[in-house]
Amino acid sequence: MDIAIACVVCLLGGIVAGLIGVGGGVVFVPAMTIILSKGQVEAEATSLMMIALVSVVGTWRQIGYGNVNLKDAAVIGLLSPVGVLIGVVVANSVPERALRIGFAMLALYMAYRLLKRVFGDDPHDPAEPGTEPLADPGPDAPAGSGASR
Amino acid sequence: MDSRRIWGLAIVGTVAGAFSGLFGVGGGTVIVPMLIAFWAYGDRLATGTSLAAIIVIAILAAAMHGGIYGNVDVETGLILVGPAILGVVAGTAIQQRIPEKAVSFIFALILIGVAIEMVIG
Repeated sequence: MDIAIACVVCLLGGIVAGLIGVGGGVVFVPAMTIILSKGQVEAEATSLMMIALVSVVGTWRQIGYGNVNLKDAAVIGLLSPVGVLIGVVVANSVPERALRIGFAMLALYMAYRLLKRVFGDDPHDPAEPGTEPLADPGPDAPAGSGASR
Repeated sequence: MDSRRIWGLAIVGTVAGAFSGLFGVGGGTVIVPMLIAFWAYGDRLATGTSLAAIIVIAILAAAMHGGIYGNVDVETGLILVGPAILGVVAGTAIQQRIPEKAVSFIFALILIGVAIEMVIG
């Protein structure tokens, strides 16, 4: 029964991943720790395997919608190993309670950023027609990128 | 692509990689807002580009967790990833049809709920 509930939660996590482009780990990890009683580090590691597969499918779909700058994505992805190394070493060295609090702080900060965008005065909100981008998204960006999208 | 742009994107990648390895969240929570704030990406382009970058980051981090520390539960992951993939197909389709601010608001509420669970759970 628990695995069925976790599957439903991960379905919702996949929807969140597609909606906001975050991979879904923010939902997959608590699904495993809370519902399946996995340890925090094991859940995070398993979540990363899932994220890799989910991201491949999500990227394929977003390419079809014209929403991917592959060159920028390649630069970000290929230049991230140093950061990944730091993060994994810390995750295996820091107490689990500290990781949970750190995860909570990250989630709250991002919630703040999103709510500020929703309720604040965002000068380059792409949802509002007629606004201008603050910077050039680059020559590699597909048509419709930046604030025009 | 000029050097300033490459360095800027490298910083985004490094920060995202650190968060990915540390919190197991793939790095998108860092990539999306940074692309929007510093590179004038629209929300949809930022989310699509983020997903593409996450492929590389997640594979690296999962390989390190699994190969070095043996932390990956492959069986559970394969069971849960099926519905997650169905979800991402639905999510990307829904994203094209609803206001971007509604997406941000919904996810902000989800994040607050997750934060509470992580602290008191």
